[in-house]
Amino acid sequence: MSKVIKFLQGNEACVEGALMAGMRFYSGYPITPSTEIAELSSEKLPKVGGKFIQMEDEIAGIAAAIGASLTGKKAMTATSGPGFSLKQENIGYAAIAEIPLVVVNVQRGGPSTGLPTSPGQGDVMQAKWGTHGDHPVICLTPDSVKETFDLTIRAFNLAEKYRTPVILLTDEITGHMREKIEIPEVSELEIYDRVMPEKGADYKAYRLDEGDLVPKMAPFGSGFRYHVTGLMHDETGFPSNSTENADVLIKRLMGKIEANKEDIITYEAYETDDAEYLILSYGGTARTAKAAVKKLRAEGIKVGLFRLITVWPFPEEQVRALSEQVKDILVAELNFGQIKLEVERVVKGNANVRLCGKANGEILTPEELMKAFKEVL
Amino acid sequence: MNNPLVENYFRVDKLPHIWCPGCGHGIIMSAIARAIEKSGLDKDKVCIVSGIGCSSRAPGYMDFNTLHTTHGRALAFATGVKLANPELEVIVIAGDGDLSAIGGNHLIHAARRNINLTTICFNNNIYGMTGGQYSPTTATGDKGTTAPYGNIDRPFDITQLAAGAGATYAAKATVYHVNQLQKYIEAAIGHKGFSMVEAVSVCPTYYGRKNKKGSAVDMMNWLKDSFVDMKIAEKMPEKAVGKFVMGEYVNKVEPEYTELYDQVIERLKG
Ligand SMILES: Cc1ncc(C[n+]2csc(CCOP(=O)(O)OP(=O)(O)O)c2C)c(N)n1
Ligand code: SF4
Repeated sequence: MSKVIKFLQGNEACVEGALMAGMRFYSGYPITPSTEIAELSSEKLPKVGGKFIQMEDEIAGIAAAIGASLTGKKAMTATSGPGFSLKQENIGYAAIAEIPLVVVNVQRGGPSTGLPTSPGQGDVMQAKWGTHGDHPVICLTPDSVKETFDLTIRAFNLAEKYRTPVILLTDEITGHMREKIEIPEVSELEIYDRVMPEKGADYKAYRLDEGDLVPKMAPFGSGFRYHVTGLMHDETGFPSNSTENADVLIKRLMGKIEANKEDIITYEAYETDDAEYLILSYGGTARTAKAAVKKLRAEGIKVGLFRLITVWPFPEEQVRALSEQVKDILVAELNFGQIKLEVERVVKGNANVRLCGKANGEILTPEELMKAFKEVL
Repeated sequence: MNNPLVENYFRVDKLPHIWCPGCGHGIIMSAIARAIEKSGLDKDKVCIVSGIGCSSRAPGYMDFNTLHTTHGRALAFATGVKLANPELEVIVIAGDGDLSAIGGNHLIHAARRNINLTTICFNNNIYGMTGGQYSPTTATGDKGTTAPYGNIDRPFDITQLAAGAGATYAAKATVYHVNQLQKYIEAAIGHKGFSMVEAVSVCPTYYGRKNKKGSAVDMMNWLKDSFVDMKIAEKMPEKAVGKFVMGEYVNKVEPEYTELYDQVIERLKG
């Protein structure tokens, strides 16, 4: 079979990946630097019998995607900072009602309208804590066009498998950069579809049956008439005010991610085996970090890179293990230390943790990073 | 209980409902069930979507595919359900606050698209669930817990709002005029395109008490005396002076959104 090679932008690779994963519904509201995702979805979806709709705002964008997911369709919405803020309430809805869904945030700079056409990584904590209340979170972040393709597929797979919204956190760098990528055949990919109840089965919408990872999900219209709510509910799906029931539900929701961290967490450890120093980074910034590590290695410095691919749940064990090996961890990110705080929390003082961060819309250069790194020597 | 309507269309084990004695919302819920029965819809293919509020609790009692969403967003969720599976008959239940305050944007855009959704607005002119604050349909001068000196806002006429935004079916009736209400809901379900029925309800607990409207029965009598049928109002305008007009404000045929989308898909198959 001849290989399909495409020269794509990260945002385009996201749509290609989504379609391969089975996306058949997209609803959203345009915003720079994510707009190409909507544009390409509007072009491609009707060609495969899918649906695209431009909603009146981002709140409606995620709401319609949740509605579509309930009919059995794989759904996605994409946005950037201001729109991500607007989607938060319904991200929580999807978390408690266990609706598979992919939410893409192509991060830009600054709070508010900020720097619409510049990169930023200031939404990593919002991806975890943006919606109110404790809730499970899966958040992935790619560093290249190819990885945007791969992680979009993975985001759909994890959403379907764990019945939860998955956040794909890219940034203006990876979103707009163009790279050559090889597009695989669908048959070469592992595609996961939500588990549905069999026709005529005794079905309770939120009951875990023997062997279930999450409750089976019946599409609306398939003959199982059940209730979905954002209120705390029991295994039938109907609201319950009981504190014992709420305890069971919230622990199950948190637990389904916590117990499967090994399946969900991926990362890249580059030159870490003999490392005495570590740079930790993610997304577009990790490209700079890798370049810096290569240059520092060429100078004979034993430094490695730990790159987050799954941001949430955070790879605590892996980072803690490295903190026992290295003297110093430099966190490189386009914000004022959001992941640095998390690293400090997990390394529990094992290693010195420093930040090389900025939030003025510029990317970090390898030179800047090397300079910041060398302060420790 | 051997009321066949209740047994066929309600989740008997979820009853009795949470609404206060004398609340008008139960009347509207029953009218919807009767309209669904009359329309001969397959229960498995009906999806009822609501937002948050006293009214929005209705779907929990109704034996269909039911979706209780976030405050104001029912129409946006419903748009996704309908577009993703046009085979479903999607009915939206929303309070006046849910539909015209926090959800006002979704209302005008769903109406503009003429997507085949049937919206029933439970309009009690107040925020019931949060305890009686004024809503976008509270009359000027009326009181609410956040309008202790009388409301200075001007109210929306939700039916006209939907009509103005492009709804191809828009009608208004009250919980006193329940046969008419049911007839409009039936027509709205049968209508292809965006339809809205404003069901004027009563909230004796908050609106009634705050505004000294008397008992639930007094409030029903007030509805009887304050609303006049559009046909009568047209023939004898003198009978409509100082009254609210109920009836079918709009009933027209225009291209429907999900059908237009399906045509795009067909065209692309080429
Ligand atoms: C985002 C958000 N804001 C506010 C609320 C609080 N709230 C719940 S119901 C409601 C108003 C309900 O009034 P209405 O929609 O008219 O329905 P009713 O209770 O009168 O039937 C409000 C303000 C909420 N749940 N969510
Ligand atoms: S507060 Fe008002 S609207 Fe809510 S149930 Fe009671 S009477 Fe009905």
